Amino acid sequence: MTFLDILRTAIFALRGNWMRSALTSLGVIIGIAAVIVMVSVGQGTQAEIDKLVSGLGSQRLDISPGAGRGPAGGARQSASSFFSLSEGDGDAIRNEIPEVQYVAGALRGNTQVVYAENNASTSWQGVQPDYFDINGWTLSNGAMFDAQDYGSAAKEVIIGDTVRRELFGDDDGVGQTIRLGRVPFTVIGTLAAKGQGGFGQDQDDVVMVPLETGRRRLMGFMGLPPSAVMQIALTVSDAKDLNYVQGEVEALLRQRHKIKPGDDDDFNVRNISEIVKTRTATTDLMSKLLGAVATICLIIGGIGIMNIMLVSVTERIREIGLRMAVGAGPSDVRRQFLAEAMLISLIGGVIGIAIGIVGALLVGKFSDLPVALNGRVVGLAAAFSIATGLFFGYYPARKASQLDPIEALRQQ
Amino acid sequence: MNARVPVIATHALSKVYSPGSEAEVVALKGVDLRIERGDFVAIMGPSGSGKSTLMNLIGCLDTASSGRYECDGVDVATLDAEELATLRRDKIGFIFQGFNLLPRMSALDNVAMPLGYARVSPHERRERAREALAAVGLAERGTHLPSELSGGQQQRVAIARALINAPPILLADEPTGALDSRTGEEILALFKRLRDDDHTVVLITHDADVAAHADRTYVMRDGELHAEGDLPHPDDAALALASSATSAGPGTAGTGAP
Repeated sequence: MTFLDILRTAIFALRGNWMRSALTSLGVIIGIAAVIVMVSVGQGTQAEIDKLVSGLGSQRLDISPGAGRGPAGGARQSASSFFSLSEGDGDAIRNEIPEVQYVAGALRGNTQVVYAENNASTSWQGVQPDYFDINGWTLSNGAMFDAQDYGSAAKEVIIGDTVRRELFGDDDGVGQTIRLGRVPFTVIGTLAAKGQGGFGQDQDDVVMVPLETGRRRLMGFMGLPPSAVMQIALTVSDAKDLNYVQGEVEALLRQRHKIKPGDDDDFNVRNISEIVKTRTATTDLMSKLLGAVATICLIIGGIGIMNIMLVSVTERIREIGLRMAVGAGPSDVRRQFLAEAMLISLIGGVIGIAIGIVGALLVGKFSDLPVALNGRVVGLAAAFSIATGLFFGYYPARKASQLDPIEALRQQ
Repeated sequence: MNARVPVIATHALSKVYSPGSEAEVVALKGVDLRIERGDFVAIMGPSGSGKSTLMNLIGCLDTASSGRYECDGVDVATLDAEELATLRRDKIGFIFQGFNLLPRMSALDNVAMPLGYARVSPHERRERAREALAAVGLAERGTHLPSELSGGQQQRVAIARALINAPPILLADEPTGALDSRTGEEILALFKRLRDDDHTVVLITHDADVAAHADRTYVMRDGELHAEGDLPHPDDAALALASSATSAGPGTAGTGAP
C-alpha cells in the first residue's frame, strides 16, 4: 500500500464513524490548544526579554536602597536603610566612574492630579536630568525642565500621555495649571506615549517633576534625610562594561556608606539579568500550568484514541481477516491502524491549533502576558498531535496486526 | 524447473491443536496431496472432518504441526507471518461462502484491493480490476456497492478479486453455499471456464452435487484424506513414493485429466 492508499483507507474508515472520531479527538483538541497558548506565551516573554536586552536594558543598572533580598527575605527594614541612597552617591558615581554614561536619582509617590473638574490619581516621579535619557522618555509637546527648574524646585510638571488624556482630552495642556494634591503646577511639556510595560502596567500614567520639587513640595514629611533619593538609575556607554561598572559602583557605595568588610550592603544594585529573572517568574508559572494542562489533556485524549481504536479493531475484525487473506501482512495492518489513530489525532491537532491561536490572541488581549505566535509554535503543536496518535495508536495497531486471520475470518 | 512443479504438494501433513493438553485434537493425520496446475479438485467432508484445517493449511493461513507443504514450490514451514502474507497474495485467491466483500467499497475497489498490497500503481490497479471484472461478466457493475449486487454477482466480484493477482491456486470454500442452485451452477460453470484457462481450482464443500462438477474429488474423514475417482488411495505406496521424491516430475500419481 502506498502512503496515499493508507491515507485514503484511513479517511474512509473515519468518515464512516465521523461523530465518534470527532468526539475522540476532543482531548487532543484541548491539549494542543493548551500547547499553543503555552508556547506562544513563552515565546512572547522571550521576545520581550530579547528586546529588553538588545535595547538600553543591557547598559543599565538600577540601585535601590536596603539590603539585597538575602535569605532573610522580607525582613522589615529600618527607615535609615530605606533612605540610604543620596544625591551625593549619584554625583560620586558620575564623577569617579568614567564608563558611566547617564546617572539620575529619583523620588516617587502617588498623588491626585486635578484640572478644572477633571481629576485622576497617578504617580509622580521627581527626577534628575539624565532620567529621561536613561528611561527612553521623549517629549511630544512643550519643553524639558531647564537647569534653573532643577535648582529652584520650580512648580513645573511634564505629564504622561494617559494623564494628559484624562485631564485635557485631545488638548496637549501645555501652559495650563494643574494641581498635584494641593500644589498648583504649570504643565510645560507632555511625554510621548510608551504604552504597556513589561508587567502590563500603564507606563504613561505618570507625571514628572524636578527632583528637588518632588522632595520639597510633594514628598511630605517621611523622616526623609536631606538629599535622599529612592532610586538611582545609570547607564554605561558600552554594554560590555556593565559587570565591571556594577563592581565599581558597589565598591564606591560601600566606601561612601562606610560599610565594614563582611557587613551587608545597605543598597542593592540590579542589572538586566536580575530584572529578566523577575519578569520570567510570572510567565514561567503560567507556562508550567499550561504545560500540565496540555500533558493531561494529551494523555486523556490519547487514551481516548486508544480506546476507540481498540473498538474499531474489534468491529472490523472480519475486514482485517479478509485483508490478511488477500495478502496484507502484519506490518500492512499495523500501518493502517496507526495511520487512522494518527489521523484522528492530527485532525484534533489542526482544530486545536485553530482554537489555540484564538486562545493565545485572547490571552494577549485580556491579560498582561506577552504573546508571540509563529510557524514554529504551529509546527510544534502538529508534531505533538502526531506523536500522541503514534504513541497511543501503537498498541491497538499491534493488536490488530497480531490477529490470526483464521480466527478473524470466522468472526461474524 | 525441469518439469511442472505441482502447485500443491503435501507430504504427511498433520495438524494437532493444543498438543500435549487434555484438549488435544488431531485435526489432520498425515495428508498427502498433489494438485497440478489446471486441476479442478473438490475436497469433500462433513464438518469436523478436518477439511477446514486442510483448507487453512493449503491457503497458507496456518502452518502444519508436522509434515511438509510446498505451495507452488515454496516450503511454507520456514516462513514467518509477513512472508506467509506475501505468499497468500501471490499464490492464493480466496473465495468465501459469505463473499467477504468490504461493504462500503465499490465492486471495482474491492477487486483492486489485493493489488494495493502488491504495490501496484493506482492506475494499473484500476485497469487490471476492470479487466478482472470483465472476465467474470461484470464490466458494467464496477461502481456498484456490494449491497447493490445480487448474491451471484457478489460472488463473481469476489472471484474477480481472487483472480486479480493471477495466483496459481484458487481456493473456494463453499462458494455456492449462500447461493440458490441456479446461481450456484453459474458460479461452478465459471470455475470450469477458469480451469480451462489453466487456473487451478480447489473447491471445498460438503455438498456431493457441487463436488461432482470437479474433475477429481477427495473425501476427508476423521483427519484423513481419501481419494475418489481416478486417484489411487492415499495409502498407496506409489503415491507416498512419488510425494516424497519431491524433485521428481509427475510420477505415478494421476495428473488431472479425467
